[in-house]
Amino acid sequence: MIQRKPGYIERLESTALGPLNTTGRNYYLFILLLSAVLMWGVYAYFVQVYYGLVSTGMRDMVFWGLYIANFVFFLGIAMAGTVISAVLRVTRAGWRTPITRMAEIVTVSALMVGALMPIVDLGRPDRVWHIIAYGRFQSAIMWDVIVITTYLAGSLIYLYLPLIPDFALMRDRLSRGASTLKRTVYTLLAIGWRGTADQHHRLEKAISITSIAIIPMAALTHTVASFIFSWMLRPGWDSTIYGIYFIIGAIFSGIASILIVMAVFRKLFHLEEYITEKHFRYLSYLLLSMMLIYLYLIMTEYLTIGYKLEGEEKHLLELLFIGKNAPWFWLFFISGMLVPGFLILFPRLPLVPRIVVASVLVNFAMWLTRFTIVVPTLQVPLMPAAVGTYSATWVEWSITAAGFAGFMLIFAVAAKLVPIVSVWEIAEENKEHEPEMPETRTGFMERSSLR
Amino acid sequence: MVIDLKRCDGCVGLGLPPQCTQSCINGHFSPKGQQWIEVFQDKLPGGGSYFLPTPCFQCENAPCVNVCPVGATYHTEDGVVLIDHHRCIGCRMCMAACPYQRRFFNWATPEVPPEAAFAEYSPEYPVPAVKGTVIKCMFCVHFLRDGRLPYCVLACPRKVLYMADLVEDIASNGREIVKLSSFLDNNNAYRYKEELGTQPRVWFLPGHGQEFGRKSGDPRPLYPPVWNWGGEGFDRSIGIWPWGEKPE
Repeated sequence: MIQRKPGYIERLESTALGPLNTTGRNYYLFILLLSAVLMWGVYAYFVQVYYGLVSTGMRDMVFWGLYIANFVFFLGIAMAGTVISAVLRVTRAGWRTPITRMAEIVTVSALMVGALMPIVDLGRPDRVWHIIAYGRFQSAIMWDVIVITTYLAGSLIYLYLPLIPDFALMRDRLSRGASTLKRTVYTLLAIGWRGTADQHHRLEKAISITSIAIIPMAALTHTVASFIFSWMLRPGWDSTIYGIYFIIGAIFSGIASILIVMAVFRKLFHLEEYITEKHFRYLSYLLLSMMLIYLYLIMTEYLTIGYKLEGEEKHLLELLFIGKNAPWFWLFFISGMLVPGFLILFPRLPLVPRIVVASVLVNFAMWLTRFTIVVPTLQVPLMPAAVGTYSATWVEWSITAAGFAGFMLIFAVAAKLVPIVSVWEIAEENKEHEPEMPETRTGFMERSSLR
Repeated sequence: MVIDLKRCDGCVGLGLPPQCTQSCINGHFSPKGQQWIEVFQDKLPGGGSYFLPTPCFQCENAPCVNVCPVGATYHTEDGVVLIDHHRCIGCRMCMAACPYQRRFFNWATPEVPPEAAFAEYSPEYPVPAVKGTVIKCMFCVHFLRDGRLPYCVLACPRKVLYMADLVEDIASNGREIVKLSSFLDNNNAYRYKEELGTQPRVWFLPGHGQEFGRKSGDPRPLYPPVWNWGGEGFDRSIGIWPWGEKPE
């Protein structure tokens, strides 16, 4: 063993792998809390299945509610991985490396939760297999099923590929003292990664192909999700702008989510050295630009229908601007645009807290806007009848809470199974920090020295 | 179907609920709250109002048929739109697609009178209604096959509703038989929201110089239909809280 002072790589490894070895009591308490919320949601779902959807606030006029709003919201969050990871990778933005892993996990877990929401919304969940057995390609739902499963599969592959060298690292580092099962799993998942130049070359190639392929997949996912609405003859939904409107909204809330996740893990896992203020600043500028594009799209949308004031659309605008949905609609502008914009641009306050507050507000506002996309349109009567009403019941709120708990639970478990930052990529990015590389190490270090 | 609006008075003259709706409910045991044929009241430009009986329009380019992910809602050879309640997954996409709000959802197991149990379910006569599926007017196709008229047409006291045969070009309200094509032409027939391109198979005949609808000061109310077997339509005992508080 060569004696040397702990260098950059050692510090990185101990920081990144430390949380995988040691687990505090608070972690288990947190998991317990999340599981409790999740279980309560499962109970609420059983109530819903047993009594029927009469247990929700949905009725014949407003027949979609929180579940569909959640579906669009979680799908939006799932954009994070693609934007941060794939787009920044394709554009070779070096600063992305410490946050790509988190972004990819956000994508996978949000997609898993989001894809469940329409199934929760079904009147006959026992017949969900009919979509496979009798599926028709004329239906936007069929398109959604295809595009979401493809995106989920693509995201899993895209999460896995950059994990291979880290699995190899864990195989080499964690095996002493770790259980045999853990060792076996990591060895299997590392699929014989030795870090040779050839392996490295092939991995890089696979990652670049996947990162390019995943961008249109994500764009299509959000576009097709918007078709659920824009293909309907309903005021507000009947719009050609919805595809890009959903994509930009998704990027907007996706960046906000990744900012929150970054701040949380930076604090909990002591990643201050890798996730610096620079990351927060860069991402907040990205957030600000998405906010402005989203504002532009909203203005285009509502100016276009507001100028003409076609009967039903006039009714919708009344419901949104001054009617019973006005609080939610204007709260979106305050909480999603005004305050976050101010927080991002106002440099007096400490950087990380103000960006995190802005991100939380943005995500809250984006959930609200998903609600104001789904519900007010359905409240507009299409026949000479009264305006529809909707107020969600405890069943819907419980399942919504369970959705968020499930999202965090997937994240919390993932953070204990894989390093939350991409160790080998950071090492590579910073390899000039460690000029004297020992030659006799195996595995990860050998690969690093070869480069 | 042809609906002669100038004759419809929403049964306010009789002081009864609209008899088309009532007969439909009684005949199909439709769950409470669902009016498969519903009489709306709309404004006239002069300040009065008129009545608009609205069954499912059985559109030729039916948006609901297009969006169904499992093919549970479909056109028959006669052009009627039916729902297979044993295939429907309850996604409610068709309700979103219908621009006339003519589709209803069975939010739970419906409360139906005991005699409904004798009915044999078929998409043509969806009785008793199936929990968690979408339901609507299906033009009583089980009657049409035998040359009988639908419940609503038979029950209408003013003979407003005509059931027509597009192939044979005739229509009948149970009292008179007319030649469909000239009947539509001579009475300026129109279709509701025709500009949407759904091509409904229900034509409305507007007023034609005579007195039409009713004056604005008319005190007679439009009565809601009655579900004479009682109940709330569905078992709503779930309440708004898990501990079983009943909704008002």
